Amino acid sequence: MIYREAGDFKTGYREDGQTFPIKLDRWAYYGVLAVAFGIIPFVINDYWASAVLVPFLIYAIAAMGLNILTGYAGQVSLGTGGFMAVGAYAVYKLMTAFPDVNIVIHILLAGFVTAFVGMLFGLPSLRIKGFYLAVATLAAQFFLVWLFNKVPWFYNYSASGQITAPERTFLGEAVTGPASSAPAKYLICLGFAFVLAWLARNLTRGMLGRKWMAIRDMDIAAEIIGVNPLGAKLSAFAISSFFIGVAGALLFAVYLGAAEVGEAFGINKSFLVLFMIIIGGLGSIFGSFAGAAFLVLLPVLLKNLLVGSLGWPTDLAAHLELMIVGALIVFFLIVEPHGLARLWALAKDKLRLWPFPH
Amino acid sequence: MASVPEEGVVTPDGRQIGGVLMEMKNITLRFGGVVAVKDISFDIRKGEIRAIIGPNGAGKSSMLNVISGFYNPQEGEVWFKGYRRGPMKPYEVARLGIARTFQNIALFDGMTVLDNIMTGRLNKMRSGFLAQALWWGAAEREEIENRAQVEKIIDFLEIQNIRKTPVGRLPYGLKKRVELARALAAEPQLLLLDEPMAGMNVEEKEDMSRFILDVNDEFGTTIALIEHDMGVVMDISDRVVVMDYGRKIGDGTPAEVRGNQEVIDAYLGVAHD
Repeated sequence: MIYREAGDFKTGYREDGQTFPIKLDRWAYYGVLAVAFGIIPFVINDYWASAVLVPFLIYAIAAMGLNILTGYAGQVSLGTGGFMAVGAYAVYKLMTAFPDVNIVIHILLAGFVTAFVGMLFGLPSLRIKGFYLAVATLAAQFFLVWLFNKVPWFYNYSASGQITAPERTFLGEAVTGPASSAPAKYLICLGFAFVLAWLARNLTRGMLGRKWMAIRDMDIAAEIIGVNPLGAKLSAFAISSFFIGVAGALLFAVYLGAAEVGEAFGINKSFLVLFMIIIGGLGSIFGSFAGAAFLVLLPVLLKNLLVGSLGWPTDLAAHLELMIVGALIVFFLIVEPHGLARLWALAKDKLRLWPFPH
Repeated sequence: MASVPEEGVVTPDGRQIGGVLMEMKNITLRFGGVVAVKDISFDIRKGEIRAIIGPNGAGKSSMLNVISGFYNPQEGEVWFKGYRRGPMKPYEVARLGIARTFQNIALFDGMTVLDNIMTGRLNKMRSGFLAQALWWGAAEREEIENRAQVEKIIDFLEIQNIRKTPVGRLPYGLKKRVELARALAAEPQLLLLDEPMAGMNVEEKEDMSRFILDVNDEFGTTIALIEHDMGVVMDISDRVVVMDYGRKIGDGTPAEVRGNQEVIDAYLGVAHD
């Protein structure tokens, strides 16, 4: 009964264009922000940070990045893992080369490096589309992993071939390295996720977002209207790669602490992030978060349920978990091919009319 | 051959038709061995409604694609606003002030009506990448100003109630209207319409004809259109070009064209009692 736009009058185009046009949605948004920034940091423990919240936030950033490219601009990419590796190795080289510079600046710079690399690998998109572009980005994935394996300069000639994040602080708190605390890790990821989500929303609701969607929906018509396909596609690759690079840098520096490129940033990562945006909803910022939550939380939930509550053996649970997650993905795609974001929107549409649907 | 004096004329219904806006000189367009357009010349005057008619496969759409810059002709010259237009990318032509609609609707199905029409104004928006990302200053101001302009067009074409509907869900007739709105949003000097009334019933055709006349009248937009409904063409256009097999076989006012024997043989036909 309360979920209504009735009585919430819009008197200008500014108000009409706002992200949450319904008052209850706005309150819910501020409420979530208040809990995320104000309460969770004080109650979070190591288990919640490392098993649930930090990976969720990092993958949400990566999913937003891929969603900008695939969901908004319509360019399929299977190179997400490779671009995350670029972010990770860039931040590693920067952290070790310039130990005195703030880690946040390093992470942002790693994003810019990835944006540049992404743009290079986006060049083929001007000529090829669809499956063929996917194959081209797949080449990027394998090439980048190969590069980081083969050239010792990237891992500072370490004997193991691994990269390990040294301790760096932000505002006096260690956010990387073994001494970093759960709230610090959580807050830095939350900060990045929040700011990047806000930027993504602004970009996608403005003219740049419309150009991307125009290219996605009908590229010939877009060009005749005045969209420069070169600019639109390359900007999508650059911005998407920036997000993915930041996610890769956070994944390595804050979450994993140490990484080996083939294991941490292999083709599996590309598929994982792609599944996140397909399940969450293509062309939706909320969908990126929903998809990341689904694929990060579900395995944890199932493990807790099967091993923790039912007391099954761990190996059996691990295999069952794969099967159940796979089955659920298929189920969701059949029930709602447009993802969780569409389900959420439909639920809200119903709620607006409830309980008098006529 | 229709002769319009250089300084322009006033039509019987009071519209001002001015000098030459666009001139096609000896255009020839080939696809491999197929000649789609053969040595065609005609002009489009400022403020007029110019129709291109002809049987299927006559090269009308190819001609429109040459005007809109989608095809570059092998021979001939395209003059627009007194300058010769070299080979251009379609998005550069859009910046010159030429907008068009398509025979098979080419809207962005995943976007709302409002976003589709707003996309038409992309050449009017100048705010930089950073301002857009931060949604600050110029970006937001521009968005609101352009929204106000788009709302005028939405009012004009009477599509207020479907503003926020995704275009993919609309029926055919409304899609055609949204496509016209998107083209109008660019405030073009020359508007190209490729079969704006194809597949419509009589009522929808009447609506569309009224919109075309109103656009021409209120905004002073020059319109070039391809249409098969002869009743509509003869009613609304000032001058007509007739094409057949890539050649021009007639050019003039509707009355002149109707009386041209070659046009009657090739396209219009005669009534048999």
